[in-house]
Amino acid sequence: MPSEEYLEGIYQIQGRDFVDAGIVSSEMKKKLKEKGIPESIIRKVAVVTFEAEVNIISYAEQGTIRYYVEPNSVTIEANDIGAGIEDLELAQQEGYSTADDSIREMGFGAGMGLANIKNHSDEFEISSVPHEGTYLRSTIYLNGK
Amino acid sequence: MTLDAIIKELGLKCKCCWEKLGNEINGGYAGDLLSDVMGNSKKGDVWVTRQVHLNIVAVASLKEHAGIIIVQGASPDKDTLEKAQKEGIPIIVSDLPEFELVGKIYHLMHHAQ
Repeated sequence: MPSEEYLEGIYQIQGRDFVDAGIVSSEMKKKLKEKGIPESIIRKVAVVTFEAEVNIISYAEQGTIRYYVEPNSVTIEANDIGAGIEDLELAQQEGYSTADDSIREMGFGAGMGLANIKNHSDEFEISSVPHEGTYLRSTIYLNGK
Repeated sequence: MTLDAIIKELGLKCKCCWEKLGNEINGGYAGDLLSDVMGNSKKGDVWVTRQVHLNIVAVASLKEHAGIIIVQGASPDKDTLEKAQKEGIPIIVSDLPEFELVGKIYHLMHHAQ
């Protein structure tokens, strides 16, 4: 069972740095495991964090991913300075993507990222200002709904 | 069934992490879209793909796959193998097209006794 001690962390992510994609997710996964968070929760956190990481790398100049564990939930916040999203509703539809060929060649940019984040979150919030940046928050409950 | 058994039965080649070939496989997933694999594959799956770049290792490691099989005679990038070695994810290669290889693995897992 998770201990009562509060756990949080913040990571910097550089845009277009595909070589390091996944490093933040794997670092976080390790921390949550050490903390005794159940595997089923860590699996959801890993999907959310990986997609948020890839979004920052693909569409932003730079960004941060912050996480915090509370007694009943894990929250992931992704903040970036970058392209932003013109139409949030459209961007959340599975299959819609603005990715260019260089992103697609690597198997990213299929328009599934935000849908994956949403599907693996218990609470999900996103806001964006085009040409400025995007803020995203995902909360996963430790004991289900 | 283990990765080792699949390699022997189908004449595949292992490129790294030989020490992990005894890992039990729970199932499999085939796909080249990383978000699809991220969202839908499961722990212990063997992942069959045509992608060769190093981000496949990040996905396989996060999802705790048993290993990755690269199809169609494609070669994994050098950084892919280095990262796979570091993360302990076996990389296996096959000359077969994705459809054929998946069919053979599926048959081995579900029908071979």
